[in-house]
Amino acid sequence: MNVTRTALVLLALIAAATLTGCVTPPQPLYYWDGYQQQVYQRFENTSSAEEQIAALEESAQKARAADRTLPPGFHAHLGMLYAEIGKPDQVRQQFETEKAMFPESAQYMDFLMRKFAK
Amino acid sequence: MTFPHSFRTLAALVLVVLLAGCATQQPYDYSAFKESNPASILVLPPVNKSPDVKASYSVYSHITLPLSEAGYYVLPVAVVDETFKQNGLMNAEEIRDVSPNKLYEIFAADTVLYIDVTEYGSSYKIISSEVAVTATATLVDLRSGKELWKGVARASSAEQQQNSGGGLAGILVTALVNQVINTLSDRGHEIAGIASQRLLTSNPVNGILPGPRARPISAR
Repeated sequence: MNVTRTALVLLALIAAATLTGCVTPPQPLYYWDGYQQQVYQRFENTSSAEEQIAALEESAQKARAADRTLPPGFHAHLGMLYAEIGKPDQVRQQFETEKAMFPESAQYMDFLMRKFAK
Repeated sequence: MTFPHSFRTLAALVLVVLLAGCATQQPYDYSAFKESNPASILVLPPVNKSPDVKASYSVYSHITLPLSEAGYYVLPVAVVDETFKQNGLMNAEEIRDVSPNKLYEIFAADTVLYIDVTEYGSSYKIISSEVAVTATATLVDLRSGKELWKGVARASSAEQQQNSGGGLAGILVTALVNQVINTLSDRGHEIAGIASQRLLTSNPVNGILPGPRARPISAR
């Protein structure tokens, strides 16, 4: 009687431990895709601004299709790249999007728009 | 008669030692952090104290993910770096010296995060194939200048990847980081990703607190 009970408790414990190991992680807050690699490539200078823009625009499309939010900084980063290839309209649009999604960035985005979009 | 008695004493001692071992980690004093209640973090380019010149930007390009998933607005690192360069600040040491007032004026972030990379790559060869990264971080309130939090983390190719800690949030970020690093052949950069995750995930044990954009605890 006592032995079976101990065995049952032990089994329950093992089951609990096993199940915790299998918990599926919650969905991330943001759709990261290749953004972090793009940031690294930008620092390492391993691809051109045009290639980086193309990769990020593709990520943006996938995020829209999946109805997911792009991470903080994504649109600002893209805006900076558009500034480098001389596309002022896209620059403003990207910085405004960053500002709308993350009001915490407002003052810095305004600062950048004064600098870049001249 | 005396034998089982001393055995019991020994068992009790072992138990005490085990429990004491679990209790040595002092709980972090979060009072300044809670009072500040920051929403945004400006991360400066890390100061590199390792011999590998790639260390600073390798770690810098990893930190947005764990901090964002912890619930903070992280100012775009590459854009921030560009702003410093356009103002004539070309390296991390010079940028480190910019006063909190000046940083607040331009970036208007609630806090600044200072990072030091103290070990990167295979500089300390304990095991010949080991690649390891160690980084420290200090979070400072940009309005009051008060230190809110400090942390250190290390990751190494010589360990099992499972025990990265951080509960569910840790599992989540591990999954995300693995996704990123599986496409890379750069081992140092890969290990830097794990170290950054350990350093900056909102870990229940002395980690950075969850920010305002984090999911409520029950949903995490």
